[in-house]
Amino acid sequence: MSDFPFLSVLTVAPLVGAVVVALLPRSRPTLAKQVAFGWSLLVLALSVVMWVTFQVGGDRFQFRESYPWIPNWGVNFTFAADGIALVMLMLIAVLVPLVILASWHDAESSKRSIPVYFALLLVLECTMIGVFAAADVFLFYVFFEVMLVPMYFLIGSYGGHQRQYAAVKFFLYSLVGGLFMLAAVIGLWVVGGKTFDWVALSQVDISTGAERWLFLGFFVAFAIKAPFFPFHTWLPDAGGAAPAGAAALLVGVLDKVGTFGILRYCLPLFPDAAQWFAPWALALAVIGIIYAALLAVGQNDLKRLVSYTSIAHFGFIGVGIFAFTTQAGTGAVLYMVNHGLATGLLFLVVGMLIARRGSALVSDFGGAGKLVPVLAGVLFFAGLASLALPGTAPFVSEFLVLIGTFTVNKPVAVIATLGIILAAAYVLWMVQRTTQGTLNPALTEIDGMKRDLNLREKVVVAPLIALILVLGFYPKPVTDVINPAIQATMQDVGRTDPAPSVDTVQEASR
Amino acid sequence: MTELELPPIDYAAIAPILIMLGAAVVGVLIEAFVPRRLRHPVQLPLAVLAVLAALTMVVVNADKRVITIGVIAVDGPTLFLQGAILALSAVALLLLGERAVERGGAFVAQAAVTADSPEDRQQAEKAGGAGEVYPLTTFAIAGMLIFVSANDLLTMFIALEVFSLPLYLLCALARRRRLLSQEAAMKYFLLGAYASAFFLFGLALIYGFTAGLGDRAAGVDFATVNAAVANSTASPVLLFAGMALVAIGLLFKAAAAPFHVWTPDVYQGAPTPLTGFMAACTKVAAFGALLRVFHVAFEGARWDFTPVLGAVAVLTMLVGALFAVTQTDIKRLLAYSSIANAGYLLVGVLAPGSGGLSGTMFYLVAYGFTVLAAIAVVTLVRDADGEATHLSRWAGLGKRSPVYAAVFTFVLLAFAGIPMTSGFTSKFAVFGPALDGGQVWLVIAGVLTSMVLAFPYLRVVVLMWLSEPGDATPTVAVPGALTSAALVIGVLATLVLGVAPAPLLDLASSAADFVR
Repeated sequence: MSDFPFLSVLTVAPLVGAVVVALLPRSRPTLAKQVAFGWSLLVLALSVVMWVTFQVGGDRFQFRESYPWIPNWGVNFTFAADGIALVMLMLIAVLVPLVILASWHDAESSKRSIPVYFALLLVLECTMIGVFAAADVFLFYVFFEVMLVPMYFLIGSYGGHQRQYAAVKFFLYSLVGGLFMLAAVIGLWVVGGKTFDWVALSQVDISTGAERWLFLGFFVAFAIKAPFFPFHTWLPDAGGAAPAGAAALLVGVLDKVGTFGILRYCLPLFPDAAQWFAPWALALAVIGIIYAALLAVGQNDLKRLVSYTSIAHFGFIGVGIFAFTTQAGTGAVLYMVNHGLATGLLFLVVGMLIARRGSALVSDFGGAGKLVPVLAGVLFFAGLASLALPGTAPFVSEFLVLIGTFTVNKPVAVIATLGIILAAAYVLWMVQRTTQGTLNPALTEIDGMKRDLNLREKVVVAPLIALILVLGFYPKPVTDVINPAIQATMQDVGRTDPAPSVDTVQEASR
Repeated sequence: MTELELPPIDYAAIAPILIMLGAAVVGVLIEAFVPRRLRHPVQLPLAVLAVLAALTMVVVNADKRVITIGVIAVDGPTLFLQGAILALSAVALLLLGERAVERGGAFVAQAAVTADSPEDRQQAEKAGGAGEVYPLTTFAIAGMLIFVSANDLLTMFIALEVFSLPLYLLCALARRRRLLSQEAAMKYFLLGAYASAFFLFGLALIYGFTAGLGDRAAGVDFATVNAAVANSTASPVLLFAGMALVAIGLLFKAAAAPFHVWTPDVYQGAPTPLTGFMAACTKVAAFGALLRVFHVAFEGARWDFTPVLGAVAVLTMLVGALFAVTQTDIKRLLAYSSIANAGYLLVGVLAPGSGGLSGTMFYLVAYGFTVLAAIAVVTLVRDADGEATHLSRWAGLGKRSPVYAAVFTFVLLAFAGIPMTSGFTSKFAVFGPALDGGQVWLVIAGVLTSMVLAFPYLRVVVLMWLSEPGDATPTVAVPGALTSAALVIGVLATLVLGVAPAPLLDLASSAADFVR
């Protein structure tokens, strides 16, 4: 079974599904939803088989496939997955069916074709899988850019208030980053001897000046995508305007392409430049943690609030990556997964709340827990997971990032820890103002608020809650997969973890 | 008395040119002798068949590498570019010959009738289009075929006139907005005449420069010029002045800044199918000539012309991208986009070696098909007064006619250089060799202007899909078979060259070698 071309099949399958769904008649929306949901479950099943087939402790890159594409430029359809890519692929496969289920009625308010909405979600899944599965820089770039198109239409056609502005801003920000990366991709191709193969490129010696410029080209694209401060301003707009399901994918998965790209491309391909730029990257990450958390506290729009919390979380991931220790790196990748689960859940629950109330403003709620106790409970749980309460999965990753960073860089770790306090502030205050306290009389007038979670919605949230709890107590299956990949990445950078017996003060003060 | 000896002529090698010229002459005779109502049904198939026959001859000639009659070089680039011109012309002819979308077609019967006079309005409403369109177009195609194969500046100049004059006339023939059309033709003609004069003057200076070669006679064939650049004892001022003036003439046709000012007016005023023909085929011809002149004749002066042409390229990209942002008319937007693309093509021209050459040739084909697809959609979006080219009118088109809006969106994404379209592969094809040749600043300028240029394209996408349709939103006409065919070919080529560009890239790189 290990010879089965998992990655290419996984990439192509959602695209085929998208074509099928798009061709279904507009008059039969339910059929389109069912086909899309069924198809995404097939992809999930295949991903589970792939997960089982992956040999923990085996080669760094597994499931490698390569087919020639444009031989004149040395471009191949090369797919391969290391542990980091594998967990991200798994996250996509889990999230997409849940998002489809959660978006069951989302497209109906927009007067636009419902089958097309679900087809776009499947196209998005195809490009997201492709971007994590690619092991050819050109192929990666292609998926990185094409990914924008379905997301653009999801936000622009099916989004809420200010969707046009948000869609264009999202597209332009990402495209600008992508074009910087294109220049760097071409540059890498020239200095790397006309090949795009990741393995070959990681062996190439690049002169210091060129390496720094190329690093910057890639880094800017990824920093916009992730997003890191100060490239983050598109995310609250996009996240606020996108339909809840699309927003969950946008923040839960799409943005991880940025941090994944840094780990897969910036560090191993340009190790010296990565070390040279690390203090700057750390500074941006730390500013992001504090600044975005402060802004999140002040938000009155639920979806924008969740978007800002994500920016803060991406700061943690950034710290974990640029600390250059195995612990912090593993923590960062684990954070990427857990954040996808926790924030995905938070976005979906918030979406359910907004759909009932017909408003995204915190001030329009109040005491909603009295009307919809189960929904309020799930929101509370999602909030706790998001602030990394011990026992939930994000705690493990945040803790790993902080101790991994503390061993080499105490100031950064200490400042980042402040972010945890702020996280408690924005999550708890938001929960208090929406679901606790005295009941807002206006809520009792609204029919939607009288319906608690139905079966479909329970099916959506249950797997996420279960995963968050399981990974909170037993993260080993995931860390075992991530760890070797991170060790290999840190070797590429040329950093070894400080041994516990050595005085680490000297290291930290560098 | 010595007997006058005719140079040997390789008729097979110049067969494509002869076929097109022959078809043009027959077309003129048809205008004279065939009854009016039969002219269009006869002319269009004749022109299309001639183009296909010429294309066949290009394919038959595929392995030829000769210079015949001393002035026509038939080599890889010539054949590739001739093939490109013919293939794009075939598609453009489909648009030019469409009569189902508008009664009588996009052209008017008599250009000379005073604009907006009662006679003029009457002929715009009723009369069929001029049949001369086809012989004029065929002459223009023949001129372009000579232009890209000319191995001598004088032949190049004659070819320039042969393909320019029909274009000036055709510009004046738009069925609607007659004044705008006549203005466009006048502007194009006057500025084109200046450009020709510059070219001719440059040619004379180059001739003077080659006189400095001791052991061989002065001349303007590229081998002599090339030798003179290497060895001439004459003042280099002659060379630089001559080179600059020749370049001005060619850059004018290529629509490069600062010689671009005619482009928006002409693209807007000309009959829309002709705009497509100019944007696709004239561009191929102009850049074909630029490639040959700078890669063959002035190769030895590369260090001297690269900074100047580089500055022109950057300026062209900037002007095209920045002015595109402010446009409110779709045809003017396409004009500025065409200017910006001329800048990217210049980056390819300046990239040393065969990589730049093949990349530029690939770009020309890819861009040509995409722009023809775009123009095909523009001809379809119309109301009672003809085409609705003002951008505000395109609002909500996605809801009225989702298929055409989707096609146009795809084309715009290709212009913006999104992967899986030919726009991306062609940008890579010119930027890659340029960076390889060390021209980092040109590539950076190209990338930065691409960012700016994405905005106007995206704005049109937003207008079409995300705005609500108003009362003013025009309907999309049902395309005739010809326009549908052109549209399908253009879109398919854009997709195929984006997804599987390898065959054409192979062809371009195997063709990337001039005979000298």
